Amino acid sequence: MKRMMGFIMKEILHIVRDYRTIIIVFALPTIQILLFGLVVSMDIKNIHVGVMDNSKDDVTRAIVQKIAATERFKISEVLYSSEDIDRAFKEGNINCAIIFENNFARKLKNEKKAEIGLILDGSEPNTANLTANYTMSIVRKYQEENIPIDLKITQVKPQILMHYNPQLKSAYMFVPGVIALILLMICVLMTSVSITREKEFGSMEVLLVSPLRPIQIILGKVAPYLFLSIIDVVIILLMSYFIFDLPMKGSIVLLLLESCLFITLALSLGIFISTIATNMQQAMFISLIGLLMPSMILSGFMIPIENMPDIYHYISLIMPSRWFIVIIKNIMIKGAGFWAVQVETYVLLGMTIFFIALSAKRFKIRLD
Amino acid sequence: MRQILYLLQKEFIQIFRDKFLGKVIFIIPIVQILLLAPAITYEVKNLKLGIIDKDNSVTSRQLINEFSSSPFYTIVTQTYSENKVYELLENNKVDVILNISKGFSNELTESNSADIQVVINAINGSAAQIAAGYTSGVIMNFNKHILMKTFNVDMARLETININHRFWYNSLLDYYDYMVPGILVILVTSIGLLLAGLNLVKEKEMGTIEQINVSPIKKWQFITAKLIPFLLIGIVDLAIGLIFSKFVFGIHFNGSVLLLLLHTIVYLFAVLGLGLFVSSFASTQQQYLFSVFAIIMIYVLMSGIFTPFNSMPEWAKKVSYIINPSCYYVKVSRAIMLKGSGFNDLAVEFYAMAGLAVFYFSIAIARFSKTT
Repeated sequence: MKRMMGFIMKEILHIVRDYRTIIIVFALPTIQILLFGLVVSMDIKNIHVGVMDNSKDDVTRAIVQKIAATERFKISEVLYSSEDIDRAFKEGNINCAIIFENNFARKLKNEKKAEIGLILDGSEPNTANLTANYTMSIVRKYQEENIPIDLKITQVKPQILMHYNPQLKSAYMFVPGVIALILLMICVLMTSVSITREKEFGSMEVLLVSPLRPIQIILGKVAPYLFLSIIDVVIILLMSYFIFDLPMKGSIVLLLLESCLFITLALSLGIFISTIATNMQQAMFISLIGLLMPSMILSGFMIPIENMPDIYHYISLIMPSRWFIVIIKNIMIKGAGFWAVQVETYVLLGMTIFFIALSAKRFKIRLD
Repeated sequence: MRQILYLLQKEFIQIFRDKFLGKVIFIIPIVQILLLAPAITYEVKNLKLGIIDKDNSVTSRQLINEFSSSPFYTIVTQTYSENKVYELLENNKVDVILNISKGFSNELTESNSADIQVVINAINGSAAQIAAGYTSGVIMNFNKHILMKTFNVDMARLETININHRFWYNSLLDYYDYMVPGILVILVTSIGLLLAGLNLVKEKEMGTIEQINVSPIKKWQFITAKLIPFLLIGIVDLAIGLIFSKFVFGIHFNGSVLLLLLHTIVYLFAVLGLGLFVSSFASTQQQYLFSVFAIIMIYVLMSGIFTPFNSMPEWAKKVSYIINPSCYYVKVSRAIMLKGSGFNDLAVEFYAMAGLAVFYFSIAIARFSKTT
């Protein structure tokens, strides 16, 4: 035990004295949380509109006014022809073009029908879709406001409630994802690289002939990363609580325990990768391409899994972070207790046991 | 000149004799384009609908019918119990709840308008907004088609503005067409930034750089020989990615391949320069990996690949314009591939990337030194 502590001390010093790595370990989650919280968002905020008004009457001007008055929209170009529209799109100056037909107001009055053409830049599908929604609802509102009072319109009005996240903050989506991603990076990438480093430099030989047992060497190697990761989880949780007002509806103890389980799983994955890789670059690329990249996309972090093609539903099942993200969301945002996340917990536990067993089997005391 | 050729030969042999790395270089684009890109879709389809119908009238059933015939909804449950439906919402078995209160149809006949409660799981805010849009759309249709007929409103007197909307350049809003240019940006960025610098730092970490330092090879020769292989690998990988996305998934490529190539080369110079600069600070591969990882993350997130560039705050856009070549390259690759933009449309972006390339190379060369 004393030997073991000595070894852990050596490893901690190893990491702490490499101050550049330490800075990055703490800077990464901070940067990520700040980026996701303050900079990027899925919300469509500045929609640049080009207007081609062939009619220029009171109605079209009123509608354009109404669009311009909406916070999201910005009228940025006046267009005169369809070549104009094409050019504005190709230069990327507008997201959508609104075209009013000739004699718009007169048609509306006499024929009771007039048409607006709305052209959207399909090269950004999500923006295009939401822009279409927003524009249509502005025009709809304009119409509702201008219905003559004596005209009786029977209608059902939807009252929409945004449950769990009434302000539609994107933090609800990204915080759980950032926690999972950071833990994977530190535990898998750093551990696998630092173990293979010993192999590549030949210092593993020194450790293997020492009186330390292999299990002690491995535990000693991963223990410091366990501490670093827990600190990172706490940093992320504090930031999301104090800066982004994210709720903590469930038990924080449960969340930390689940995080420890996930960290253990990630560490065992890191160890497993280090048993396959012979040098640091291999360890890096296996971790990055085999685990981190798929985790970013297939774990429901930024892209909801339900909307992916069916085959990805099955692939996502083997992504540890997919399960962990569900656990975090349920505990933090929905206030779920252990029973609500037990299936996910058992899956993570099973994966942990599997990878520990696999790495124990593959770990070689002898050098080849 | 001959020295550079020898050095280049050495680099290529080194890269491709490493059986693992030699393979990885070509596996990355295939994994990204074949496996990951098709998964990225923000499309909202198949909303799971839970219905609480306490009214149980002809009108409420007609409304429910309108939903069940819409391709966007699957009705998961229809009950009188609010608790049951909310429990399903909590377990993600239901995305949208339609709550029709008792007396709904009476209210409609008496006061001409009735509210209906729609509850949406909004943890994913952007998907929730799209779901809200669809739901309002279905209810609007119901108002138009069913109610106006049933309640005999004088339709002829109502003025209606029709919105006829079309999506240009990607009429079906295919997310694969949208994502491939973005994924290619990530691909080119990681090759230029990660691989080249890693290779340099490895020489430092292993100590082999000493041999170069004592040789008569000049600084610029060494740098050129280190970077050219990765410039070529970046271009080859881009080609592999394009070929796969074209022939396996039939992506639409509307612009000029040569124009994309031209922009890619300029962009690669910018990221290679940056990689060279960062590598001068790192002494181990681990340090370099994590620094570059942080940079790639910032660049990619602030470039508009996954989220709309215009939605960022003004200050962030300015920062991105000044330091981030990726934000230009993303715009360029989407504009060329999807919209068929020409050089003149994208001249600003071209010169901005070229400027950044010159800038990054100058600071990198200033930092780089053969002495330790």
